[in-house]
Amino acid sequence: MGGIHLHYIVPGDDFTRAGEASADLKSRLKKLGVPPTAIRKVSIALYEGEINLAIHAGGGDIDVEITDDTVRMCLSDQGPGIADLSLAMSEGYSTAPDEVRSLGFGAGMGLPNMKKYSDEFDIQSTVGVGTTVNMAVSIA
Amino acid sequence: MTNLELENLGFVPAGPVPEHEVTGGFCCDLLSWAMSRCTEGKVWFTVMGNINTVAVASLADAAAVVLCQEAAWMPDALERAAQQGVALFTTDLPAYEAALVLARKLGQL
Repeated sequence: MGGIHLHYIVPGDDFTRAGEASADLKSRLKKLGVPPTAIRKVSIALYEGEINLAIHAGGGDIDVEITDDTVRMCLSDQGPGIADLSLAMSEGYSTAPDEVRSLGFGAGMGLPNMKKYSDEFDIQSTVGVGTTVNMAVSIA
Repeated sequence: MTNLELENLGFVPAGPVPEHEVTGGFCCDLLSWAMSRCTEGKVWFTVMGNINTVAVASLADAAAVVLCQEAAWMPDALERAAQQGVALFTTDLPAYEAALVLARKLGQL
């Protein structure tokens, strides 16, 4: 297994730390000379994922693999799961509570943005068990 | 122009201003919306003064964030901005009028 492997832990309900993983990954990709367009895609997709983990799942884990041509990100949690994935993937649909909306989140753009800015996107969720999202962005 | 010229337009720096080229303006208060639409070099006009605004501005490579209509930056937002090199400003103007000031300067009207 080649490439660079990174692991981040996202705490639940701590919005002051949301974005730390994406900021760190962005910095690393810059140093690796990854094209800005690809860095932007990775940053958006991962930031939205971090926010989702903090808001909806009580936190979770992020595993990243950087190879010569791809950044792969796996976000997993043991949160409540998503009952209706197609509804959750719809732009504008949100179950974020009011306190989260008052911070500027909850526009219903999280999962749609994650899919939009990934070259590969897969989400698996089981109610009461948790959710796993796999995303890949080409950096070649 | 660069973000160093924003002070000359009446915007008040809220901390250090690392130089960044300005390409235009962007108005929005929803962070996910801004995350995907505020592109590099934009001056972002908003009333959301929390730490998450700084995180989005940093990831989006915004040239600066101007907090409008007398809204106040949260202390942890100021601290994070200084760490991440995000230039923050304030203005008494509403976002619409503040953006017009920048647009006139950039000749984008």
